[in-house]
Amino acid sequence: MMEPSVLLVDDEVAFVETLVKRLKKRNVRVSAAHSGYEALEKLSASGPTKIDVVILDVKMPGMDGLETLARIKEEHPLIEVIMLTGHATVESAIDGMKKGAFDYLMKPCEVDDLLEKLNEANDKKREREDKILEARASLISLRRGD
Amino acid sequence: MTPTDGAETRPARRFRVPVATAVLAIIIIAPLVITGAVNLHQFRNAYRTKVSNELSVMIERHSLTVDSFINDRLSDIRVIAREHPIDRLRQPEFLRRVLNLMREEYHGAFVDLGLVDANGIQVAYAGPFNLLMADYSAAAWFQDAVASESVISDVFAGLRGSPHFIVATQKTIGDELFVVKATIDFEAFNALVENLRIGSTGFAFIINREGEFQTDPHFEVALNRPPWVHLLEGRIRSDRISVLEGEDVLGREAIFTIAPLKQGQWFLCYQQETSDAFAELRAVQEFSAVVLIIVSLAAIFAGYLISRNLAQRLADAYRDRNVMAHQVIETGRLASIGELAAGIAHEINNPVAIMVQEAGWIDDLLGEGDPCSGENLEEIMRAVTQIRTQGDRCKEITYKLLSFARKTDPTIREVQLNEVVDEVIGLTSQKTRYANVHIETELSPNLPSIHASPSELQQVLLNLVNNAIDAIERPGGTVTVATKMVGEEVVLEVRDTGKGIPEANLGRIFDPFFTTKPVGQGTGLGLPICYGIVEKMGGRITVESEIEKGTIFTVFIPREAPGGVENVETETRGDRS
Repeated sequence: MMEPSVLLVDDEVAFVETLVKRLKKRNVRVSAAHSGYEALEKLSASGPTKIDVVILDVKMPGMDGLETLARIKEEHPLIEVIMLTGHATVESAIDGMKKGAFDYLMKPCEVDDLLEKLNEANDKKREREDKILEARASLISLRRGD
Repeated sequence: MTPTDGAETRPARRFRVPVATAVLAIIIIAPLVITGAVNLHQFRNAYRTKVSNELSVMIERHSLTVDSFINDRLSDIRVIAREHPIDRLRQPEFLRRVLNLMREEYHGAFVDLGLVDANGIQVAYAGPFNLLMADYSAAAWFQDAVASESVISDVFAGLRGSPHFIVATQKTIGDELFVVKATIDFEAFNALVENLRIGSTGFAFIINREGEFQTDPHFEVALNRPPWVHLLEGRIRSDRISVLEGEDVLGREAIFTIAPLKQGQWFLCYQQETSDAFAELRAVQEFSAVVLIIVSLAAIFAGYLISRNLAQRLADAYRDRNVMAHQVIETGRLASIGELAAGIAHEINNPVAIMVQEAGWIDDLLGEGDPCSGENLEEIMRAVTQIRTQGDRCKEITYKLLSFARKTDPTIREVQLNEVVDEVIGLTSQKTRYANVHIETELSPNLPSIHASPSELQQVLLNLVNNAIDAIERPGGTVTVATKMVGEEVVLEVRDTGKGIPEANLGRIFDPFFTTKPVGQGTGLGLPICYGIVEKMGGRITVESEIEKGTIFTVFIPREAPGGVENVETETRGDRS
């Protein structure tokens, strides 16, 4: 199975840096952004090095997690999003799931739990992509009249 | 203790037991007095009517008796004059026989009997005095008898020098005129009215039109007093009984009942002292007064008991209210802490998350085999430093929270408002950062210190700043906290560029439990508590708001403490380590 490509979004620079190192050690292709705007820019610019899963902090100055989630889902509907939250913002995390987030994780979290969730999200994304491919294929064969 | 101590006795002082007692007593006594007075007045009228009626009936009965006595005597003499020829009447023997007969029949009412000729000379006489040939031509009764057919004279002393009156009638023989006359014994006549006594002061007497006594009146009333004409002057009528009240000759209040006699020539008077006549009424009045006094005393006593009880309850209620107000402020403070804690939990969560990651990273590196390789060692040391940095960050946050929560002491001290502003802005920095609110201060550098409780002041400011931040919905808003000196007041202003407060809500924002925040997010206690605290400080709080422009809360705090300088502790901030 192919390791997912991940974008980690959090305004805490130190947190992001260390988590990136740890994920890289676990063969996760990971890049970082420190605000919602930066995340959206990176996603748009990613092109061929496609991002599979976004790990998104709920509470950020400027554009907060929920707004960023909405924008991601609008612009890149196939990308799965895992919300990262403190205790006080669990409600917003659940709110996020209603708006299309894959799951949420409470801060501070174990890196292995994060990996597990990442893989699940990645699997789901792959599954969906496969289904879309299948549907396209059947559509094409329908057109060709096979 | 608390600064509310002095205020506890305030309602008790405002509620004065003596005043309340008086009011209650008046409420109870006034209707009693009014109904009592009305009843007594009606009773008095009824009683007077009754007394007056009784007296009238009695006097009428007696006047009839007296009238009939006089008329009977006149009839007697008329019968004698008409029955017997003049020859016989001229004979003293005959007269004596008739007189004896009448004296026997009427128990000595007749004193003498006589025949007087047209010249007023008594030509025949029978009786105890030697009055034969006496000349009556000048006597009033004789002239009256000549003028009218028969006459009853007034009482007079006459020739004999003792009181008596005369009944006389004409007898004409051809052209010759004679008068038959008899003298009526004063004692016998007097007995008719003398026995008429009621109560201890009532007595009867007869007067003529000139007010002269026709009977011997009460022993106290001397005969030589001026005539009692004043009784008759325009006040009585000769055709019916009159009841009058006035002063008697001795100046005592008396009631007079007067009946006409002898076709209005004499009057039968009955006099009784008012106090005696109305003795029963007086007894009732005295009894009523005693009852009223007893009831009034009872009412005053009851009023006093009720008032005292009320005052006690009022004082209790006020004390309870004070305790409650204190508790509400405490609750509000805890709610503020809760709100603050939510923000701070996130703030503290971030460094904790970093520490956990760094620790995990060290774990990762240690598991790799050679932890002491140059690169790994360097990473581990960097991670440890990071953990220490984040730990310090946590410590700073918890300190801020604790320094707020620990301050429960409402003691009034000297406070520099600007320092409180700085502290509160430090506490809310996280909230403002995430809410994308820019916070500005305009602090007057020369602000005098004020007398207030630092923790309460902090609570007021925190509530206002929190509200201001919440009011800003769009990113990029500004909250400005300004301090300045206006006159003798220190002014604290919290301005926001938020959504503003609708006019309909503006009047309700200081009401407890009024909130526009979603359920679970606002207690509706923040502003009421601010209001209470500011009022306690002797200050006031005002609000101006414009929809979509923003809101300004202004707190005016007097420079001097409301309770004077004695509750000010000058050793400032000793407990703030």
